Amino acid sequence: MRYAATYVRDWLDERFGWDELLDPLRHKVVPLHRLSYWYFLGGITLFLFIIQVCTGILLLLYYRPSANEAFESVKYITTQVQFGWLIRSVHSWSANLMVFTAFAHMFSVLFLRAYRKPRELTWVSGVLLLFLALGFGFSGYLLPWNTLAFFATKVGTDVAGQVPGIGHWILVFLRGGDDVTGATLTRFFGFHVAVLPGITTVLLGLHLALVQKFGISVPPRVEEEWQYRPEQKKEMKFFPNFLLREVMAWYVGLGALAALAAIYPWELGAKADPFAPAPAGIKPEWYFLWAFQTLKLIPSKILVFDGELLGILGMGVAGALWLALPFLEPKRMARGYRLLTGVGVFGLVYMFTMTIYGWVAK
Amino acid sequence: MRNALAVIACLALLAAASAAAEKNVCLDCHSQMDAPLKVTPAEFAQNIHAEKGLTCTSCHGGDAASDENAMSRTAGFRGHIERRQVPELCGSCHSDAAKMRQYNPSLRTDQLSQYKTSVHGKRLAAGDAKVAVCTDCHTVHDIRPASDPRSSVHPLNVANTCKRCHADAAYMKDYKIPHDQYAAYSASVHYKAMHDGGDLSAPTCTTCHGNHGAAPPGVATVENVCSTCHVFQAQLFDASPHKKAFAAAGLAGCVTCHSNHRIVQPNDTMVGTGANSVCTNCHAKGDKGYQTAENIAGRFATLAGEIAESKQLLTRAAHSGMEVSDAEMELVAASDSLTKARVSLHSFNDARVEEDIAAGLKTAKKTHQEGEAALKQREFRRMGLLVSLATILVTVAALAFYIRQMEKDNSQS
Repeated sequence: MRYAATYVRDWLDERFGWDELLDPLRHKVVPLHRLSYWYFLGGITLFLFIIQVCTGILLLLYYRPSANEAFESVKYITTQVQFGWLIRSVHSWSANLMVFTAFAHMFSVLFLRAYRKPRELTWVSGVLLLFLALGFGFSGYLLPWNTLAFFATKVGTDVAGQVPGIGHWILVFLRGGDDVTGATLTRFFGFHVAVLPGITTVLLGLHLALVQKFGISVPPRVEEEWQYRPEQKKEMKFFPNFLLREVMAWYVGLGALAALAAIYPWELGAKADPFAPAPAGIKPEWYFLWAFQTLKLIPSKILVFDGELLGILGMGVAGALWLALPFLEPKRMARGYRLLTGVGVFGLVYMFTMTIYGWVAK
Repeated sequence: MRNALAVIACLALLAAASAAAEKNVCLDCHSQMDAPLKVTPAEFAQNIHAEKGLTCTSCHGGDAASDENAMSRTAGFRGHIERRQVPELCGSCHSDAAKMRQYNPSLRTDQLSQYKTSVHGKRLAAGDAKVAVCTDCHTVHDIRPASDPRSSVHPLNVANTCKRCHADAAYMKDYKIPHDQYAAYSASVHYKAMHDGGDLSAPTCTTCHGNHGAAPPGVATVENVCSTCHVFQAQLFDASPHKKAFAAAGLAGCVTCHSNHRIVQPNDTMVGTGANSVCTNCHAKGDKGYQTAENIAGRFATLAGEIAESKQLLTRAAHSGMEVSDAEMELVAASDSLTKARVSLHSFNDARVEEDIAAGLKTAKKTHQEGEAALKQREFRRMGLLVSLATILVTVAALAFYIRQMEKDNSQS
């Protein structure tokens, strides 16, 4: 067995310079300090993404993307296919956990100030990946074609339709017509399994390449401490030391996923009926709840402007500013980063509070 | 200039003619009077007759456009219309198919002839002026079509309209008939369907008694009244041994067990030999009917119990996140079988009832098995989870040990 592995390695090395390819990994180090555990979040998000790809491919073997068959095919997967319930449930839970860890990873990067020069593009690619994860969530939510998904998509695409000027165009583009129909389902399926994965693969490659290029950031405060006390500076080899620890974290994530999927299998609900009235108290997925609740609380008119429109524009501007955050840190201001940290804390507290409010509100 | 003058003159003439046509001196005075002579223009404008272009004079005669001739006998003024004249007066238009066609071709024109066959009509003809005439139910100056929810004869309001006389003990005293019909009807399943459920097709007084030809159904015909809606029950009853037995005993079909106005929601305890049973009103222990009632009640309870048990099992499975919607759907079919059995009961033949019960039990047992299988699957999943978690735990521990050992070796070397 060992002989075979050596033979394959030599074969690859002879042709592709395998050792040279792996060389950067061997020299890659991970800073060791009291906040190092935050470094695991990116890897866990990547692990959950891999789970998503694998379970998604398995679901594709049976899923049928049409209004007449989607619900029945998911039901078939859940009830008839061997371990279909597990694959579907893991796919749904993993999607939610991935969005959660992606958010956590983003805020950890913000608070550890890992977005600083030269890692601005790593931040931008990461935030874009988070937006893509939300896109995956929104498009995938409709695919079982159940009542909740149908009306949540209706509400969500209605919001997109409010964008001034191009709103109606976006709405028609997303829905494949004026209403949420089978055409929307086919379109969302296309986004979910082709368009978004394609863009994600490119961006993820860029994100990982940038992480590899610039190494892992050390928080400025730790960096200062190390300058005064160089003997405290500690590092760990990425391969195999950190990677093995990361694998341990993945195993723990896998255990959590298995427990959630087995104890709380993802519900299928009732098949969507486009002619039925919307069920009372309809809400989007938890990661859109803060935005949904914000739009609900905004008065219908603010001065002479439409309140909802202002809310949507405000969120669009906030999203754009968030994306450009590394470029906005006031460099001339003494401790200007504190402003950004304050903005980050406010954003986190606001999203958390609004999510809880949206959860309990009727 | 001359043309302009001519146009102005024409317009002035048209305006004067229009004002004369709209003038209604009756309302000018009657809107100022006290009840019962008071009629306001607003009230009269909502009257279906006013909407169709009829005026006060259409019923009362006279000339509404002239102060002098408004109440002139030579202009045909009739003044107050006696109660006994009301049906004929209304019938003068409503029985004239040619006349009614110009207003509403779909409106029936047999109201007067039907009224004459009713208890109300017959008593009126016999000189009893207390009985209901057209205006008692339809009102006088505020008549609206029956489809208008504000109308006194809209399905939601019919019982209240009848109640005005029939629930008045003093008014009904001379007729020696009960006056608790409305109180009984208010507690009935029919009333609840109409008023709580908003089902306008649910029976109200006129559905069973007729409206213009209102008469109490006789013992022999009451089943015909119920069977207009409860078709299957009536067919089964007709073919049952109870049909002849009831007729021989002078008992009316349906109402003997279900009562007439106070028809409460039937339930399974009405069958059998228990305290609420209606079977034991006639059947005594030892006779065949008593045994049949006991058998049927037992089978109802068996099926209802099986359904409840399956439902409980499926709910438990569903709450555990198991997908059992197909089984839940099948269980609805079992409940349908129980409903069918309750209809078949009207054959009073236990073999006939058993057909539906057996079908229901078969479905309920199947759903029970599906529920058990779902719970078994849940246990399998949990066991699988336990094994997986144990494996993961061992792997993580092994990794931790390996890392520790590796780093120890590295630090030593």
